[in-house]
Amino acid sequence: MNPVQYRRAESVEDAFPGAQWRLLGGGTNLVDLMRKGVEHPAGLLDVTGLSEEIAASDDGGLVIGAAARNSAVAAHPLVRRRYPMLARAILAGASAQIRNMATVGGNLMQRTRCAYFADAAGSRCNKRAPGSGCDAIGGFTRYHAIFGASPECVATHPSDMAVALAALDARVNVAGPGGTRTIPLAEFYRLPGDRPDLETTLGADEIIVSVAMPASPFAGASAYRKVRDRASYAFALVSVAAGVTLRDGVVDDVRIALGGVAARPWRALRAEETLRGTRPTDEAIDAAITAELASAEPLPGNEFKIELVRRTTVAVLSELRGTPA
Amino acid sequence: MDITVNGTAVAPPDDARVSLLDMLRDHLHLTGTKVGCNQGACGACTVLIDGRRVLSCLTLAAQAAGREVTTIEGLDPHPLQAAFVERDGLQCGYCTPGQICAAAAMIDEVRAGVPSYVTADLSAESVPFSRDEVRERMSGNLCRCGAHNGIVDAILEVADGSTV
Amino acid sequence: MSRVQNAAISSVRTVLGWVPDRWLPSGSPDPLIARQQEIGRPTSRVDGPLKASGRAPFVTETVLAGQTYATLIHSTITRGRILRLDSTAAEAAPGVLLVMTYRNMPRLGIVPMASLTNLGAAGNSALPIMQDPEVRYNGQVVAAVVAETQEQADHAATLVEIDYAQEPAATRFEDAKAGARTLTSILIERNHVSVGDAERELRSAVHAVDNVYRTPRHNHNAIELHGVVAAWDGDALLVHDSTQAIVPTANALASLFGVAKEKVRVISPYVGGGFGGKMMWDHQVVTVAAARLAGRPVRLRLTREGVYRIIGGRSPAEQRVAIGADADGRFAAMIHTGYSVMPPYGRFPEQYTLGTRAAYRSKSFEIIQRHVDLDIVPNTFMRTPGETIGAFAVESAVDELAHVMDLDPVELRLRNLPDRHPLSGQPFSQHAVHQAWTDGAERFGWSRRQAKPGTVRDGEWLTGLGCGAGSFPYARMPGANVRLTLRRDGSAEVSTAAHEMGMGTATVQAQHAADRLGLPLEQITVTLGDSALVAAPIAGGSSQTVSLVAGLSAAADDLRDELLRLAGPDSPIAGLKAAEVRLADGGLVSVADPARHDGYREILARAGRDEVTVTAAGSPPLEMLKYSMHSSSAIFCELRVSAVTGEVRVDRLLGSFDCGTILNPKTAAGQLRGGMIMGLGSALTEETLFDERTGRIMNPSLADYHIPAHLDVPPIEVMWTGIPDPRTPMGARGIGELGTPGVAAAIANAVFNATGKRVRELPITLDKLL
Repeated sequence: MNPVQYRRAESVEDAFPGAQWRLLGGGTNLVDLMRKGVEHPAGLLDVTGLSEEIAASDDGGLVIGAAARNSAVAAHPLVRRRYPMLARAILAGASAQIRNMATVGGNLMQRTRCAYFADAAGSRCNKRAPGSGCDAIGGFTRYHAIFGASPECVATHPSDMAVALAALDARVNVAGPGGTRTIPLAEFYRLPGDRPDLETTLGADEIIVSVAMPASPFAGASAYRKVRDRASYAFALVSVAAGVTLRDGVVDDVRIALGGVAARPWRALRAEETLRGTRPTDEAIDAAITAELASAEPLPGNEFKIELVRRTTVAVLSELRGTPA
Repeated sequence: MDITVNGTAVAPPDDARVSLLDMLRDHLHLTGTKVGCNQGACGACTVLIDGRRVLSCLTLAAQAAGREVTTIEGLDPHPLQAAFVERDGLQCGYCTPGQICAAAAMIDEVRAGVPSYVTADLSAESVPFSRDEVRERMSGNLCRCGAHNGIVDAILEVADGSTV
Repeated sequence: MSRVQNAAISSVRTVLGWVPDRWLPSGSPDPLIARQQEIGRPTSRVDGPLKASGRAPFVTETVLAGQTYATLIHSTITRGRILRLDSTAAEAAPGVLLVMTYRNMPRLGIVPMASLTNLGAAGNSALPIMQDPEVRYNGQVVAAVVAETQEQADHAATLVEIDYAQEPAATRFEDAKAGARTLTSILIERNHVSVGDAERELRSAVHAVDNVYRTPRHNHNAIELHGVVAAWDGDALLVHDSTQAIVPTANALASLFGVAKEKVRVISPYVGGGFGGKMMWDHQVVTVAAARLAGRPVRLRLTREGVYRIIGGRSPAEQRVAIGADADGRFAAMIHTGYSVMPPYGRFPEQYTLGTRAAYRSKSFEIIQRHVDLDIVPNTFMRTPGETIGAFAVESAVDELAHVMDLDPVELRLRNLPDRHPLSGQPFSQHAVHQAWTDGAERFGWSRRQAKPGTVRDGEWLTGLGCGAGSFPYARMPGANVRLTLRRDGSAEVSTAAHEMGMGTATVQAQHAADRLGLPLEQITVTLGDSALVAAPIAGGSSQTVSLVAGLSAAADDLRDELLRLAGPDSPIAGLKAAEVRLADGGLVSVADPARHDGYREILARAGRDEVTVTAAGSPPLEMLKYSMHSSSAIFCELRVSAVTGEVRVDRLLGSFDCGTILNPKTAAGQLRGGMIMGLGSALTEETLFDERTGRIMNPSLADYHIPAHLDVPPIEVMWTGIPDPRTPMGARGIGELGTPGVAAAIANAVFNATGKRVRELPITLDKLL
């Protein structure tokens, strides 16, 4: 690890330290990547002293300060009551120790766990060193994308929390030298294209201030299911965040977001569209997610994710169907 | 701002790269906190900051300034220690301090009604102290010797007996 | 393999020349088997409180005056040579004391290669260490940086610039099979065994199965990272290490660095897990050399990635197992052949067919192992080498045969159990495998199993039951010395340069000493982990406990003789000969007349002695020559498989063991469970990802190599026959590795029972069940 400076931000305005600095939340990903030689910031600006407030908003939604610890969000009574899918997603991630450290802002900004990305000494990676090549393609692709990848990068975003936030139509409030703005979570992450090093639409001098969630109609009928290689404490092969409301036995609204399949939480919009207004029979759900998967492009070694997404989505939604909304 | 380690004020190291783990072990010679991966993947370095369990390997010492750090040396003596020995919740003993620190905090989390991924009803105000709950909540602490059964037994014994 | 074989055989010949005095092939059992007091009690481990408080000193807790810190640099290519190496920037970096490369590394020979019997050798690789610019495998150590702090060393290591000339490397298992070597022997066994015409028997068998089973690389992943602290004082070398080979490491370092053996001291009181991975590798040599060049004590702690790069693990393997049976299920053909990796500079043949030779009767056998040469870090022993993957293949095949025959798989095994070694015809020293199976099946509730696969379902979960057998050979090492000191206050100290890495060595030997000497447990202390103590062999092959029991037993005989001499004419036992007394009740007692007793305190007081010290080694392990000596297991598993995702959740495991006297049921249960959990990991989650395009390991991390987490580990029941082995010290056999073999097969067989899907490639990840 290179020598590095450290200081704590006193305010949001204080939190624009310059290009060579990085904002430090819990450090659970950044410190590890610095040790691995993937990240080389000149300075670390600790932003955990900024807002960690979790508060109900007037519209029946919730605003979560960017410095709120993952564990605090998952344990918060309003989150558990109104957004159980989010609580479950956070609790599915990492370990209790890491959730106690990690912040909401840091969770959104974490980098891919692609092994070739992490191997700064020995592997090529376009995300780490643009133009150098991608050793993941043709290599171990179990944790890699089936949606939205490019010939330059096939990495996935590892967050569980973000998958639930995507399903809940969360918005990311950010601040920069020019003022504040709001980015819908659906527009927060970029697909890799030919610039996999650019991962979000956050400006280089912008900071996440909070995450806002609108009122959710899915509190009683939502779920987050994570499928992984170990029973606990492993990243998702595939995860499904879903919520559904029915009216007269017909789907009124439905949200499906998939984790572990793309460089961003993958909102299955086509599946949602297909399901809306239909009776959610197993066949209908299957047809809907199959329609979504028509655009999937698996890699040699992760073809199984197609079937896994299909089955898991059907199982999650058919269970929710039976849950009173 | 000092770091309070087991009740004693300590100045943060000059080198901001020094992790809380290395500060504890190499600077303060509080070697009960173990280094198993330095990758945030095994839990052997678990300590408490302001009563919450964290990984000291991924915490820079500077981040702990103004906070209270409790290590296994600060917990000692703790009923979990005797229970681990009695239930043989250890073999080589290397992951043990991290398991005990994590378990001590975990018992508090359960008592406070904090749910886990395996809690059926997330909106419930209290959660059961079941074997599955303990197993899920302790999954961030790896053990390679295979003392898992004894560890869970020891934790359940201490938690049920309310000896904490 | 001939070198290890020759060493082993010559050692056997040497011991044959000695005069045996105990546990003779024709002799009487250890009398203490019948007089257990402390032995057999579930005593909590004596070092438990020290470990649970974090005060047990592991290697990197060591701080020596003037200590410096080292970081290794690993090759990023697989085969080739260093073209350019520029350490200018690193040397100029703050705090840097030394950048050591092949240019300035002291010229050293090859580390003597470990064998089971050589106390002067502990190495795993015959490659030179930083002696030239050649790179032979990906991750090889190419430089070491020493600085005042760890942070400075880590940073400076990133400043060393290295350019390589790459050469083609052999990294693909399938491609390399064509050039596989066939060794003459596997350890001390003949490699190729051919009895009858097994292929013909297979073709004509009434029932037959013939399949290929694949198992991946594994890494030990002890939670403690390998570490060394080395300091020179003139030509005296002090090494704090984390090792399961204290004396061999000291002797090997002495020979490498050209100093007298007595000038080298290796200290390793607590090892944070070994499992075969904590022998001698490049890191000890590099650290000792760096300490010499730097003129300061040096600490090296491998990174977790570094452990994967330079410490080999279990070899991958491809095994063919074919079994032919008659109409009643009696085996007519047992064919077990296969390929595993062992580079020419490695020495560990992954003996997956050894268990097969003793497991079942068969009319014919065809057994042979072939070795594939790749450019890789050499593989080594990993907990239950050979048997772990061999049992997966054979016990899966037995289950497949039972299914073909529509016969209960337990019954099929019982029909084929041998009553003597199937190949050598040697008698078993003790062999209650039948009882282990029937007791285990009853306790587990095996009769609940539905023979037809895929028929038991609870919601999305398919439930299955499975079983598998495991075995592990008994081993006792020559050269296990024990020093026994009896003090005037009636206390005794047992000391030896043996190892504690979780087995409960001090606890069990204290229990043993208490019974052997007739003293209360509280009066015994056990000191281990220092080459300055009397020499002990490696902790390997599950042999340490019985080896030390034999050493302590021999020392107790010497103590008896010495006390008889000291007792004098005024003693109540005056006039009795050694054979007429024994150690009991805190003194010497007449065998014929227990009323004649002389206490240790009294003897020492009369003799004016503060203490008596004796040192002895265990008798030659001749029992291994005459008998076939194996421990065995019957493993049962109940699990669920999600019909949706293919996720496997093991709900119950039961191990029923036949392994001689259980010395301490608490620590024994822990070891057996631990072995079973490693088997669980191998079955479901563990795989070292070796990128065959490059020869680089791509998951050098505990986040990406999945050892079982708490939620993966169900309640595990263990039980044992408890029948003493009349041919071993205390009737005991080693149990450190017995838990693992059979578990992966039991799980795979239960997965088949649950789903009807037969997975012949580990780990059984969910994609294989979709």
